Amino acid sequence: MAPKVPPQPTLEQSTTAAEAGHGHAHEAPPKGIMRWLLTTNHKEIGTMYLIFSLIMFFIGGIFALVVRLELFQPGLQFVNPEFFNQMTTMHGLIMVFAAVMPAFTGLANWMIPLQIGAPDMALPRLNNFSFWLLPVAFGLLLSTLFMPGGGPNFGWTFYAPLSTTYAPPSTTFFILSLHIAGISSILGAINIIATILNMRAPGMRMMDMPLFVWTWLITSFLLIAVMPVLAGVITMMLMDINFGTSFFDASGGGDPVLFQHLFWFFGHPEVYIMILPAFGIVSAIIPAFARKRLFGYASMVYATAAIAVLSFLVWGHHMFVVGMPLAGQLFFMYATMLIAVPTGVKVFNWVTTLFRGSISFEPPMLFALAFVVLFTIGGFSGLMLAIAPADFQYHDTYFVVAHFHYVLVPGAIFSIMAAVYFWLPKWTGHYPNVRLSQWHFWLSVISVNLTFFPMHFSGLAGMPRRIPDYALQFADFNLVSSIGAFMFGFSQLLFVAVIVMCVRGGKKAPAAAWGEYADDLEWSVPSPAPLHTFETPPTFQRPAH
Amino acid sequence: MSGGSYYVPATSKWPVLGSLALGVMMIGTGMVLVHGRGTLITLVGLVGVIAVMALWFRDVVLESRSGLYDAQMDRSFRWGMGWFIFSEVMFFAAFFGALFYVRTFAVPWLAGEGTKGATALLWPEFTAHWPLLSPPDSSIAGPTQVFSPWHLPLVNTLILVSSSITLTVAHEALKEGKRKICRNWLAGTILLGLTFIVIQGVEYYEAYAHYGITLQAGIYGATFFILTGFHGVHVIVGTLILIVMLFRVMRYHFSPEDHFGFEASCWYWHFVDVVWVGLFLFVYVF
Repeated sequence: MAPKVPPQPTLEQSTTAAEAGHGHAHEAPPKGIMRWLLTTNHKEIGTMYLIFSLIMFFIGGIFALVVRLELFQPGLQFVNPEFFNQMTTMHGLIMVFAAVMPAFTGLANWMIPLQIGAPDMALPRLNNFSFWLLPVAFGLLLSTLFMPGGGPNFGWTFYAPLSTTYAPPSTTFFILSLHIAGISSILGAINIIATILNMRAPGMRMMDMPLFVWTWLITSFLLIAVMPVLAGVITMMLMDINFGTSFFDASGGGDPVLFQHLFWFFGHPEVYIMILPAFGIVSAIIPAFARKRLFGYASMVYATAAIAVLSFLVWGHHMFVVGMPLAGQLFFMYATMLIAVPTGVKVFNWVTTLFRGSISFEPPMLFALAFVVLFTIGGFSGLMLAIAPADFQYHDTYFVVAHFHYVLVPGAIFSIMAAVYFWLPKWTGHYPNVRLSQWHFWLSVISVNLTFFPMHFSGLAGMPRRIPDYALQFADFNLVSSIGAFMFGFSQLLFVAVIVMCVRGGKKAPAAAWGEYADDLEWSVPSPAPLHTFETPPTFQRPAH
Repeated sequence: MSGGSYYVPATSKWPVLGSLALGVMMIGTGMVLVHGRGTLITLVGLVGVIAVMALWFRDVVLESRSGLYDAQMDRSFRWGMGWFIFSEVMFFAAFFGALFYVRTFAVPWLAGEGTKGATALLWPEFTAHWPLLSPPDSSIAGPTQVFSPWHLPLVNTLILVSSSITLTVAHEALKEGKRKICRNWLAGTILLGLTFIVIQGVEYYEAYAHYGITLQAGIYGATFFILTGFHGVHVIVGTLILIVMLFRVMRYHFSPEDHFGFEASCWYWHFVDVVWVGLFLFVYVF
């Protein structure tokens, strides 16, 4: 997926101002691996993020398939329960921290400077540091699987005391790896926020920014606000495990529930970190292929901000069953339901953008439309879970698994795929293969529903999550889910094929690859985008509409 | 907005070396904690991290001094430092939140307060009080007594608040071009910082030797040490930063108009000071 970087300087955008200013501007980049190790270029770093996340997507996917293989029929067939627990845990951790988050950061790296007319990220060296922390962090995390006692086995939420008193020895390494990943996220977010606030082209006001930039601005704020809280809570775990403190131990006056409060104070904004950039992507793609301006730009911005603010006030809805005072349950229930309002504004705006548009169904649009429908299903099941008395029944069942996979897989991941299809012409200079993309889309959208829709039913019928074996009445639903999961997993090989083919060749794309309604600044530079763009800031022209 | 003079460094080896060093340090730390060996690996990693930071900042200082940075770059640094300090605020917020939660909910519930207090059944004899001198389970020895806020903690509060004032005086002197005055007040600030660290060290010794306040002394010891400990680490880092700034002042690095490195250090120091005031109030006084 490496962008074809043309060596000839003729494609360089600006020639005079920057190079006359100081002679350092374009020394030839180092060759081979050193180029990627030492780079400060936002496009190269973005590419590394995206490739890293794709690799981790497959590793996390293999863990998921181990889980689905074991759950194909009742009884213990392939793996022992201890290893099964490690697989569910590592699947969650890898997908959240190593696949979805780096993918969005990669897209931010590539596209934000292009969309705001900046020469690069505000702090290019810090940018490279943020990326290279990730292979270190997740190399360490994956290595825990081979340590004595196995890897993390307490679920991706690592509730104490499962993750402290009863945890395998490797948990200390898990904590340290998560610290490195957290540093990476915080530094990356600081960089993105500084870029957006300080590097916009002259004339571009905040309310002129593309929604992908807006959503990432707000996402960065969430990251900077909550990743340090995660760092704090895992540090307390580290202390409980290694230094005999009692943070999460009632015998010393601490409380295991304290862990849950702190974790979900991080964890709930975290789920919006994984969906707000998706909103931005979909808000770019739908107008492009509906051939209309986005309906309600300003309300999209305010809705995003409202979701971000509310995300700090709803963490308790993950903990309705811990024995929370009634006032707490009511507060968290109503606050959670309130989120449906700004989210509804967004869905309304997308649908209204489509209304009477002249819609065409290019690959990015297919994924964006599937996103709108399927993410909304995930949103509705979220509303059901928000109802505290009903949640007592749903809690820790497959209904919860169905809910968050609907918002994460056909939600976040479909939006990432839509973004890749949408911007591949800008990255590589070629359109992705249409036929193969369509196969990828239809196989994905069918199999993703095959996998996760039955989980609603098994969950409502009472099947608990995170178990390697189950009662016979759940057999049919699980069989369907497993078939769907394997279909989905193998369909993703098509995604890799499309990307590889697109990098190597294909139908040539012009600068404005998707027509006149995809007219943000990135479509004004050549396709493929040259290594350096906007060294002299462009003058921002507000579209007349 | 600038007219195309924004400095984008071509390449740098510090980021990748920095992440490598951090990885080595973390692996070493994990080995020490889990297997009881690996001190050397930890030290190698630590030295690597410090060396990379020093060389990376050296590059930035050299670039700044050779005039590669413009006003827009200055704003990037300001936003970067501001948001970094916000992230630090949230880091401490987690520990303050834990303290408040334990004091307001967890400990009273253990003693039977509240309608949902199922945890009260665990230790029926337990009574709630703060500071928690006798933790619920008798296997955990609580502190024998706690510090009076009006001795060493008050002294430390006065020291740190004064250091914020002396640093502001130094900053104002720098803005007026009075370099020597700036140098002297900055040196004074560093002395105050070092004094604080020494007094905190004495307090930790007292805690372990005579007060029974240890990491293992139940939730009081845990919250006490995590809050004061991370604050202490920040004071040490802040003092090191100020020492670097002292050298830079002595080497004529700063002009009255252009000295963001100095200003960022001030921001950081004031932040550390504010955290201490919070600590003084909620760990020691109330």
